[in-house]
Amino acid sequence: MKDLRTASEISTYILLAVLLLVILPLGLDAYRLNIVSKYLALAFVAIGIVLTWGYGGILSLGQGIFFGIGGYLMAMFLKLEASAPELPDFMVWSSVEALPAWWVPYHSFAFTIVSILILPAVLSFIFSYAIFRKRVSGVYFAIVTLSLALTLATILTGAQGQTGGFNGITDFNTLMGIDIISDESKFVLYVIQVLMLFAVGALVSLMIRSRFGKVLIAIRDREDRVRFSGYDTAMFKAFAFMVAAVLSSIGGALYTLQVGLIAPSVVGVMSSVEMVIYAAVGGRLSVPGAIVGSLLVGFARSYLSEYFPESWLFFLGGLFIVVVMVIPNGLSDLVDRLLARIAALWPAARKAERSMAQ
Amino acid sequence: MGIDIIIMQAFSGLSLFTILLLMALGLAIVFGLMGVINMAHGELMALGAYVTYLVALFFERNLPSLMGIYIFFAIFCAFAATFVFGYVLERSFIRFFYNRPLDTLLATWGLSLVLQQFYRSTFGAQEVSVPLASWLSGAWEPVAGIQLPLNRMFIIGLTMVVGLCVYLMLFKSRWGLRVRAVTQNRPMSAAVGINTDRVDALTFAVGSGLAGIAGSVFTMLGSTNPGTGQLYIVDSFIVVVFGGVSSLLGTALSAFAIAESQTAIEYFATGTVAKVTILLFVIVMLYFRPQGLFAPKVRGA
Repeated sequence: MKDLRTASEISTYILLAVLLLVILPLGLDAYRLNIVSKYLALAFVAIGIVLTWGYGGILSLGQGIFFGIGGYLMAMFLKLEASAPELPDFMVWSSVEALPAWWVPYHSFAFTIVSILILPAVLSFIFSYAIFRKRVSGVYFAIVTLSLALTLATILTGAQGQTGGFNGITDFNTLMGIDIISDESKFVLYVIQVLMLFAVGALVSLMIRSRFGKVLIAIRDREDRVRFSGYDTAMFKAFAFMVAAVLSSIGGALYTLQVGLIAPSVVGVMSSVEMVIYAAVGGRLSVPGAIVGSLLVGFARSYLSEYFPESWLFFLGGLFIVVVMVIPNGLSDLVDRLLARIAALWPAARKAERSMAQ
Repeated sequence: MGIDIIIMQAFSGLSLFTILLLMALGLAIVFGLMGVINMAHGELMALGAYVTYLVALFFERNLPSLMGIYIFFAIFCAFAATFVFGYVLERSFIRFFYNRPLDTLLATWGLSLVLQQFYRSTFGAQEVSVPLASWLSGAWEPVAGIQLPLNRMFIIGLTMVVGLCVYLMLFKSRWGLRVRAVTQNRPMSAAVGINTDRVDALTFAVGSGLAGIAGSVFTMLGSTNPGTGQLYIVDSFIVVVFGGVSSLLGTALSAFAIAESQTAIEYFATGTVAKVTILLFVIVMLYFRPQGLFAPKVRGA
């Protein structure tokens, strides 16, 4: 059964690679491909949610925070480049005289990349380690992260002159002098993104199968026993949460690059909770499932809001209900069970099973 | 700062307190006593608000002479509608999720999205508002310089009545006795003959009904749109969690603390700063007292 799951994961990866690197680039025009890359940016978040929620039992409803951090940091760099040597336009509109001090380092691309990776890691680790040490978990953790997402969205909206307010940061065309809005460069960006996604996915898949992953699963199922065995469970959970935060931040940065806009709405409550459903649809226990889930929900969103705009929220809401009630482990679990059925029909497998039983 | 400003500030804090308390009371019962995370609680408030809107329309068309007192009728209808809806919801939906709190959270979130779209399809995306009865508009001016809006005073009074009713129901009625028994020890309550399923359904229905009253009252303060419920939900959870989930008194005190500090900070800074400060403060407080401010002293399970 376990080998079967690994096999089905690897085959999902292969199918995804064919789909994302061959079929979609050939079959879709540049506009549609750009929409796909938007959902792939969200898939980074979903992979993090598989790690924390599926394997760690930690439900964070605030992944939008880290997505937003990555997105905003990237947007700050791009905006500074786009408006140099002047101030960014929204600052001028809010009659901000000089560049705020915390914006200054983001003239440097290297600093931006480093802070996209380090800042969410540090913040998420300190926050979650402190919280987990106090044994706040389950729904309380969910509510606390949800309120943090609301807090950040409120700050971003309120600090008009420093963050662009409700409209966020937009209107940038180049990355270090390279044009990023032409179809060609978007395509290159897309390929890089897909490759990064596979790298990250493989990494998390390996983490789950490592000793770390085993401890994480044990914590999810019976935290006190793991604690009594001498493990610092808070440390393990905080580490998983940190990895998820960094993944979200990377996703956010890619989102900004592809969509050309970052706004408080992607940070806030609605989108933070929505990120969970991407992981839930694909299967909270399957890393490639998270990618599939993000793509499926994304396609559904694009399709429905284009043809039946009224029905999108019905669909999304219904999806939450159906997935949780009927297939709590998502599509990947359905597929695995189906494969197990088929494998059981295979005589050799049946013989092996019989010999196992003896 | 003159005495009149202090009084007005204290009053607006008091007014916000009653609003937060109305919002959180239903949630405190559903979440605090039953342990059910109902993310659609805000949408139940919106349901109460829309029922109020419909009642107002009905009175406007058919009984214009009674427009002055329609609000009492509307509050009752809002309570009844959300009570029934809550009862049906518990029997058909929520009860499958007991002991799966995270799944409850996600499923009810889904429900909230469905309800939002339902409101949007039925009532339109625009805001709807109800006329305020003439005896509720304007302000009471006990001394020159101090103006206390009448609609807010009405809400303060109503909240006191509702709070008293909830107290009496929980602590002086047979139903309340059963609810508290089931909360403390479910298997034992079932063993002594309490129908725990019925208690669950009724408790959830009462919590929903309180949300309906809150929604109805909020139509006096502002207009209603399909997304209104979203605005309230996080605040309500903050109030309940801050107060300590299993204590109604804690909910009341936490609503009071949050409301008074929010209005005070708002006076010296902006609304955004106040909101952010409060949220961060509550999160820090939760770090030091994870069970909330007024958690009963019991041994952890």
